[in-house]
Amino acid sequence: MAATGKEPVVRVEHLSKHFGEGAARVDALRDINMEVFPGQVVGLMGPSGSGKTTLLHCIACILEPSRGRVTLDGDTVYEDRWLKSDLRRLRLDKIGFIFQYPNLLPFLNGADNVALVLDLAGLNAKAAQKRAVELLDYLEVGHRKHAMPRQLSGGEAQRVAIARALANRPRIILADEPTAPLDSARARIVMDLLRRIAADQDAAVIVVTHDEMILDRFDHIFRLRDGRLEIENVTAATSAAPV
Amino acid sequence: MNLAYRDIKYNLLRFVLTNFGLSLLLGIVIMITGVYGGLIDDALRQARAANADLWVVEAGTNGPFAESSRIPGDTRELVSRVYGIERAGAVTYQSVQAELNGRPLRLFLVGFEPGRPGGPSKLIAGREILRSHYEMVVDRSAGLKLGQEVPLGTRGHKFTVVGLMREEVTSSGDPVAYITLRDAQKLQFELAPPAARREKARGGAGETNDQINAVIAKVSPHVRVDEVAAALSRWKHLNALTQAQQETLLSKYVIERARRQQGLIMVLLVVVSAVIIALIVYTLTMDKVRSIATLKFVGAPDRTIVGLIVQQALSMGIFGYFAGLALVLVFKPYFPRRLVLDPESVGIVFFITIGICLAASTLGIRLALKVDPAEALASSG
Repeated sequence: MAATGKEPVVRVEHLSKHFGEGAARVDALRDINMEVFPGQVVGLMGPSGSGKTTLLHCIACILEPSRGRVTLDGDTVYEDRWLKSDLRRLRLDKIGFIFQYPNLLPFLNGADNVALVLDLAGLNAKAAQKRAVELLDYLEVGHRKHAMPRQLSGGEAQRVAIARALANRPRIILADEPTAPLDSARARIVMDLLRRIAADQDAAVIVVTHDEMILDRFDHIFRLRDGRLEIENVTAATSAAPV
Repeated sequence: MNLAYRDIKYNLLRFVLTNFGLSLLLGIVIMITGVYGGLIDDALRQARAANADLWVVEAGTNGPFAESSRIPGDTRELVSRVYGIERAGAVTYQSVQAELNGRPLRLFLVGFEPGRPGGPSKLIAGREILRSHYEMVVDRSAGLKLGQEVPLGTRGHKFTVVGLMREEVTSSGDPVAYITLRDAQKLQFELAPPAARREKARGGAGETNDQINAVIAKVSPHVRVDEVAAALSRWKHLNALTQAQQETLLSKYVIERARRQQGLIMVLLVVVSAVIIALIVYTLTMDKVRSIATLKFVGAPDRTIVGLIVQQALSMGIFGYFAGLALVLVFKPYFPRRLVLDPESVGIVFFITIGICLAASTLGIRLALKVDPAEALASSG
């Protein structure tokens, strides 16, 4: 990947992941190397079963790799074993995750879904609500802060989910098919939003997607096939010329 | 942020309906506790109503409640002369079933000597027995009114209700009625006219009906009750029980089987409640698997998730308990036997409920802690 003069926020080195042993062994990831820099929005693409979601899970610290090294925001969290005992706290502080479907808690309204993450981080209730409303306003859904998830449209719910992912000002934002349930126009809006967030918060955004319509919204695209990183593209969003 | 409260608020109707069912179950547990308390209280009231220090009964028996006791009618005079005895009264006890307005009426008849120990202690209406025959003071649970006549005995004598008491029933729930000793002796020992004629034709002299079941004695405060009891027991044909011994007999032995039956029913109900609460908590947790996975994914600690489940289980138990208690209190007057809900036993049921909820929530907690945060992704398709 092209150097930016900054330290990468996400660095993955020689990462492998297999499931099962012996004849039943499946190599989901094989010797993956990648870096994502602050302010970048990168795409993780590949056919089903290529290992992109497994890679995202390993970076999100919810799946233990088999070998390799993962460094997040300058902190090595995995080197052939987890180096951090409190991965939950690590996720809470450093990683924002956007699901394919918003996965909002159905019993909390929009603002509370966002404030919950701040509450878990230890912020007091009043400050958490204030920040939640600010984020919802930033994502242009502030007017829906009191609405319950079932009362929100798909686009609104996805924005609230993005606000939740941003709540603790994470340096890393991981998104698993965030545009899949949206039409192309809304998908582009969400991707533009992610680009704005990456720029405003100097965060690294990694998006798993199948959606070819949004390729031009990525700075880089990592393509995986059979657990291997096949191609690394620099897209129209930066230079248009593949590396 | 209290997630349990928010979830309950969001699913309020489901919570209320689930708890309504639970409150009925817990209401039955509370009701059985009340029946159990009533059983013991009624048994003790029966003995305490006599306001006795000593019960003089037939030798070799634990009468008059635990077993039959028959002693001669003049025993009261003998007992009165014993050193330390202040007052004494002869009493008889018997269960009768009369028919009133086509309906059976069960009564526990106490025959007593007016003016002596053993009579009714407190009336809520009417007056005490003044005439020597055919007057009756009865517990209001019999449903009789002042002035009403009740036919009793084989000769169909009609007894007029002159006074009403309350909360004087036997351990089996039959209302207590007081009549004079003479009337009671006639009812208990007098043969029906055909039987009397046959006895006479057989040449039998017929037994005297001057028999009683016990003598109730009040002991002088300056004399120790056990010393007087020992002195009375020296008579070969008599046995003397202190009030404490009589109460132990009633509460421990006379109602032992019923007590054990109700204890078993209560244990079974508690087990059933525990299983039902556990299943409800488990089902509620199953419904929230995706939310729990999301919570874990965004960094919620296990204590937040455990708190969500435990708080909901406790809310359910507390709500169900108080709703059940309210139901029991509302329907208590219509219950066919007296319920005694003393604060101690009601408190014990409350803490048992809390214990059940905590135990039952472990099933849900186990499920929740097993939820993989990755399920938040998997479920998203």
